[in-house]
Amino acid sequence: MKSFEYARPASLDEAFALLSENWGETEIMAGGTDLVTAMKQYVTEPNRVVSLRGVAPLRAINATDAAIEIGAMATLREVLRHDAVKAQFPAVVTAIQGIASPQMLSRGTIGGELCQRPRCWYFRTGHGLFAKENGEALVPAGDSRYHAIFGNQGEAHFVSPSSLGPVLVALGATLRIQKGADSRDVPADAFFQTPATEKDRETVLKPNEILTAIVLPVSGAKNATYEVRHRHGLDWPYTTASVSFVLDGGKAKNVRIALGHVAPTPWVAKEAQAALEGQEVTEATAAAAGAAAVAGATPFDKNGYKLQLVKTAVKRALLAATA
Amino acid sequence: MATPQWPKMEKRALLGKRISRLDGPVKATGQAKYAYDMNRPGMLYARCCFAPYGAMKINGIDASAAEKAPGVRAVLVEQNMIGDEVRYVGQILATVAADTEEQAHEALRLIKVDFERLDMVLDDMNPANATGKPSGKEEGTVDDAMAAAKVVSEGEYGIPVITHCCLEAHGQVSEFKDGEMTFWPSTQSVSAYAEGMDQSIEVEQSKIHVDCQYMGGGFGSKFSHDQWGVIGALLSKQTGRPVKLMLERDQELMVAGNRPSAFGKVRVAVSPEGKMTAIDADVWGTGGNGGYRMPPVPYVFEGIPNVRNKGQGIKTNRGSQRAWRAPSHPQGCFITMAAVEDAAAAAGIDALEFFKNNLDLTSRPEVYAEQLDIAAELIGYKTKAHLRGQGEGPVRRGIGISIHTWGGMGHPSNCDAIINPDGSVEIRLGTQDLGSGTRTVVGIVAAETYGLPLEAITVSMGNNKYPFSSASGGSTTVGGVSSSTRIACTNALNALLEVVAPRLGVAPEALEVAGGKIFESAKPGNSIAWKDACGLMGPNPITKQGANEQKASQDLKLIDAGVGGVQMADVSVDIETGVVTLNEMVAVQDCGLIVDLKTAESQVYGGLIMGITYALYEEALYNHKTGRMLNGDLEFYRLAGLKDIGQLKVHMMTTEKYDSRGVIGLGEPPVISPGAAISNAVANAAGVRVPHLPLTPERVIVALQKGGILV
Amino acid sequence: MADSTKTTRGSGLSRRGFLKGISAGGVATGLVGGAAVQHGKVVEAAPAVVGPGDTAIKLKINGEVKSLTVEPRTTLLDALRNRLDITGAKKVCDRGTCGACTLWIDGQPAYACSVLAIDAEDSEITTIESLGTPERMTALQQAFVNNDAQQCGFCTPGMIMACEAFLKENPSPTRDQVRDGISGNLCRCGTYHGIIDAVLEAAKTMKGGA
Repeated sequence: MKSFEYARPASLDEAFALLSENWGETEIMAGGTDLVTAMKQYVTEPNRVVSLRGVAPLRAINATDAAIEIGAMATLREVLRHDAVKAQFPAVVTAIQGIASPQMLSRGTIGGELCQRPRCWYFRTGHGLFAKENGEALVPAGDSRYHAIFGNQGEAHFVSPSSLGPVLVALGATLRIQKGADSRDVPADAFFQTPATEKDRETVLKPNEILTAIVLPVSGAKNATYEVRHRHGLDWPYTTASVSFVLDGGKAKNVRIALGHVAPTPWVAKEAQAALEGQEVTEATAAAAGAAAVAGATPFDKNGYKLQLVKTAVKRALLAATA
Repeated sequence: MATPQWPKMEKRALLGKRISRLDGPVKATGQAKYAYDMNRPGMLYARCCFAPYGAMKINGIDASAAEKAPGVRAVLVEQNMIGDEVRYVGQILATVAADTEEQAHEALRLIKVDFERLDMVLDDMNPANATGKPSGKEEGTVDDAMAAAKVVSEGEYGIPVITHCCLEAHGQVSEFKDGEMTFWPSTQSVSAYAEGMDQSIEVEQSKIHVDCQYMGGGFGSKFSHDQWGVIGALLSKQTGRPVKLMLERDQELMVAGNRPSAFGKVRVAVSPEGKMTAIDADVWGTGGNGGYRMPPVPYVFEGIPNVRNKGQGIKTNRGSQRAWRAPSHPQGCFITMAAVEDAAAAAGIDALEFFKNNLDLTSRPEVYAEQLDIAAELIGYKTKAHLRGQGEGPVRRGIGISIHTWGGMGHPSNCDAIINPDGSVEIRLGTQDLGSGTRTVVGIVAAETYGLPLEAITVSMGNNKYPFSSASGGSTTVGGVSSSTRIACTNALNALLEVVAPRLGVAPEALEVAGGKIFESAKPGNSIAWKDACGLMGPNPITKQGANEQKASQDLKLIDAGVGGVQMADVSVDIETGVVTLNEMVAVQDCGLIVDLKTAESQVYGGLIMGITYALYEEALYNHKTGRMLNGDLEFYRLAGLKDIGQLKVHMMTTEKYDSRGVIGLGEPPVISPGAAISNAVANAAGVRVPHLPLTPERVIVALQKGGILV
Repeated sequence: MADSTKTTRGSGLSRRGFLKGISAGGVATGLVGGAAVQHGKVVEAAPAVVGPGDTAIKLKINGEVKSLTVEPRTTLLDALRNRLDITGAKKVCDRGTCGACTLWIDGQPAYACSVLAIDAEDSEITTIESLGTPERMTALQQAFVNNDAQQCGFCTPGMIMACEAFLKENPSPTRDQVRDGISGNLCRCGTYHGIIDAVLEAAKTMKGGA
């Protein structure tokens, strides 16, 4: 780890004053579970780390009839145990339970979970976000088993590592981003981006902006997450599907289906949504939606198996949501 | 007069009972100090700069900037690498010693290496890459037997390179002071640790001290002091400060040992009577930069009348292989037992029936027959078994079988047994406890021999000042130390009996010990308490030696070699995701006389879990452009967790027939079969062989798609 | 690489008018310093920036306040092991995966390798050293011994800390709950079978009022 300065501001105002407007100079630390590792791997080498532990309001979770607003510094365990979250959002509960380590749940925050860097093994061993060696992309001819099958035609081949990203997309959540006195609300699917260059990041956050809260609209929609993991305990999912829909006269409406770990961002499965919209949710329609979800996939040599996982995850998430 | 033979089963106070390990409390409270925990005054931290590519010619190493970095006290450049070729990623080029670990690590980045890239070979799945001379044999008439067979099954199998992945990394603390060098290493070989080191560090052998009371796992990778042992010592000499040098996790996984891969194409001929009549095996694999030995195929079924096998190694630009728990056996077992199960499936015969019907092709048919019955009963074979591919629905269940063998003869070991006039007793030997329970075994044998409680025994070990005991590998330690301890204690006891005999008015031959007393066998009332007896010795302690000499100890039935074991696995395969769930696994194991049933069972549970891990999760993966391990971490180099192991059942063979053979090692056998048993269970459930371990979702899905089960 | 980094730091921070780093000696443990100047105006109660060099901190470990010097980059694990000779928590993966460094921060289990020591100031840190001793073990430690839930023992302290934390929240667990609840720790020797039995035994013992 490179040496850096450290500060623990007591308020957001103080925090903003400490942040650079350029990536690479300062990093915001929430729980640190990813950042500390990323710094050890020299994935990021900030000159200053700004810890948000001292900004108490960021940890609050407020529930109303219309929405649950989760402070970005709320720990994953606090979110997991929140009564309103448990009552309304099984999709969130399943995704957090999937991060099976109690140690991770105590320290990891929801904001940090959304902003963690990709786990791509080329990225983590010094080949940059676009996984290159001497200018040549490593993933296409290399070990692509955990890489993207969607949205991988550009230079970004990694998958978004976030477990909650697809859930928030499926649930239509908004993310509150603050910069000084300015605040903006960004829909979850617009929060994530495929970086245009290696210097960019995987979210629209600017280096001197802070993700302060996640707002989950309470709509009564059915929702669920299904994860395919290799190990039964702590492991990175191979593929996840998060779904949300309203049952209107037995038919699924406002269907939202988002996939995780298959693209550089959470991936909205538009064809699958369309396939199910207006249908009853049955084994057959869920399977059809699953089959539709792989439309447009462009797997590499070693990750074609993920198509099968996508089909299954979508089907099972839809069936779980109706159960 | 006491004799060294083991007491009869009914006369044993401690042997074979379930006894908690002696160092349990100190480990469970975090007070056990491992090499990694040794903090010496003024100690420096060392970190190694390693070669980033699998094949490079090194033209120069410039450490001048690193030397000036904050906190850096010394940089040791591997001068002999300059002009030489790097053969795998992780080869050490220079080592930095600094005041703090952070400083040492950071300074590594200032070392500039001038190099040229060279071509490298990484692919071990392609037999065309083989370079070495093939080994193998042809016995009988394989082609004729194949032609005459009712069924010939054919399969491809593979088991990749995996690492030892000891939780405590390799390394040591070294301290040079007043012309003497002290090492606190993490080692499987305390007595021989410093062998061959004196010249490279210029300290004479008698001035090298080695101490290792606790060590965090070795599994065959920690026999040598290694290059880093020498580097740490030289840095300590150079700086005059103690130096801690422990490998970082990625280096640990890349350079500190791995198990050779094995791939094979195998054909098996089955007669109309369901007997295997021929096997034809083409096997290859890599030991990285190290040597390669063909794994035994056929394994256990060595009596198959017609055998042709060929083995070839592929030299790759990866770290060198080291002995990995039961070297060659898991590979030979997996390839053979998978081929055997495929043969049974091809012939449409129930696997258990097929195994039993072919046991005459093994060297211990009665043992396996008995063990197969016990295992079948424990796992509920009758109710669960079905022929391959008869499962239905998205989640399908299946059972798999495997059998294995191992030697396990006790190694050369020397022991001093000391009885003090105050009644205290001490055992000294230069062995080590890898966590297998060696310390406890020594204590139990001594206590049993003296008729004393276990708490009365002081076991002194883990230091090279004690009598030489061999390295712990190949399941040889418990046999070695229990034999040497038994003999030493018997000798010491007999000396004590000589002293006591006049007091009790009988000849020493008429005496025996039990329950803390020495008494006349024929008249137990004629007795003296142990402590009082020792009081008769005079001022000097009794010190007697004992040595385990293999032939002599075997003649005394203290030790023996050669065991059998059977394992069965019950799995579920989710054919829509490829995820394998282990429901249950059973191990039935023989290891001769059991010294401590509790730690013996732990070895078997541990072997099962380590086996489940390589069957389902472990695989060293490499960057095709650089040769660096892609998963040099514990995130994608997966180890099974608590939730992955299912329900485990262990049955030890403890009857007189097994017990009377004496002590036989147990560390290796239980880790041999899991890969085969689990792969066979998956084949049984899924209806198709998944050719390569580990059984990852991607491999299972591809196999299901190829087999037409998943479209 | 290192050179270019240094350049970035030098120009980057000063040009953008960041709060100037305050030297370690002047800061001691207070993270909230006095006023500082930014863009020519005074920011009230601006926080202190410490480091990058040696920084004096105080950590509350097992109920005792310890003063020590770390760099901001020093992890809690390295601070304990290398600065304070508290070595129960082990360094194995050093990447927040294996659990060998598990301790409690404010009563909750955490990976000490993934926490900066300086970020743990003001927290209550509990390590295995504060639980039982070999002579007076906790019910769980005794159960680990009874059930031989350890071999080489290197994962054991982290495992114990994870299991104790689990039992605090789940005093009457089922077997499956134990499997779920101890998912953040790895063992290489394969002691999980004994660990599950040990946790179940300890749960019983603890309920017995021991």
